[in-house]
Amino acid sequence: MAEPKGHFSGEHAEHTVLLYALSTCIWCRKTRQLLEEAQVSFDYIYLDLLEGEERRAAEQEVRQWNPAKSFPTLVIDGAEAIVGFKPDAIREKLEL
Amino acid sequence: MSERPTVTAEQIEALYTQLDREARANAYNLNPDVDFTKGLVEGLLVNEARYGYWACPCRLADGVREQDLDIICPCDYRDPDLDAYGACYCALYVSDAVRDGQQALQSIPERRPTEEQRAAAAAAAVSAPQPEAAHEEEFVGFTRSGIPVWRCKVCGYLCARPQPPLKCPICKADKDRFERFM
Repeated sequence: MAEPKGHFSGEHAEHTVLLYALSTCIWCRKTRQLLEEAQVSFDYIYLDLLEGEERRAAEQEVRQWNPAKSFPTLVIDGAEAIVGFKPDAIREKLEL
Repeated sequence: MSERPTVTAEQIEALYTQLDREARANAYNLNPDVDFTKGLVEGLLVNEARYGYWACPCRLADGVREQDLDIICPCDYRDPDLDAYGACYCALYVSDAVRDGQQALQSIPERRPTEEQRAAAAAAAVSAPQPEAAHEEEFVGFTRSGIPVWRCKVCGYLCARPQPPLKCPICKADKDRFERFM
């Protein structure tokens, strides 16, 4: 059972990585697997497991990075976002 | 937090088998990556349990059916995405080329309009003149009888009858997936 929010600790903690995801989305699952297998430290939020004000606030955060509010949205160093499962872009930005 | 319902392996297997059979019968293909596809089928079952309908597993559902009609699987965007990318947004359904390994599968951009765009479109539809009022004198054929034509937004099926069917006879989409066509 997925927790709505959490943190994965890996060897690579050079970047601040935040994954906005859905617990039912397989592209989100692939993104998380890539990060875990590459031993990247990251925080994650499953929006479909949040309710009420907490969910609305998280939706607003996602829209700031990605107006389509689609998932996964991966925010790196609070500076840029990778939308969708894009393994090459993720590896490049995180220098993996 | 919202509890995520658990579904059994038997439920996943049963729905996977059903969707696979229906897809083949209608010249669609489920994604041949069975683990991937069963993950999406699990998502459909989770969403059925928490919302009451098959909201797209890869989109954030509102939880109110009326707001989510366009993303009930198969969604309104499946066919255009199959045409453009060889897969629906989730990649539950794929083209023949993807199925046969001739085209690579990738995560595709979201085609669904934003909340604001959907709200604006709905408001425009309400304020637009009704088709029969605007074209009463022009149309011949179906509408001459006064019978409206309904279009299934999932598969494009058209029928002339006072109300849409309870289920689309072609793709089995529910009545509320139909729009007035003329």
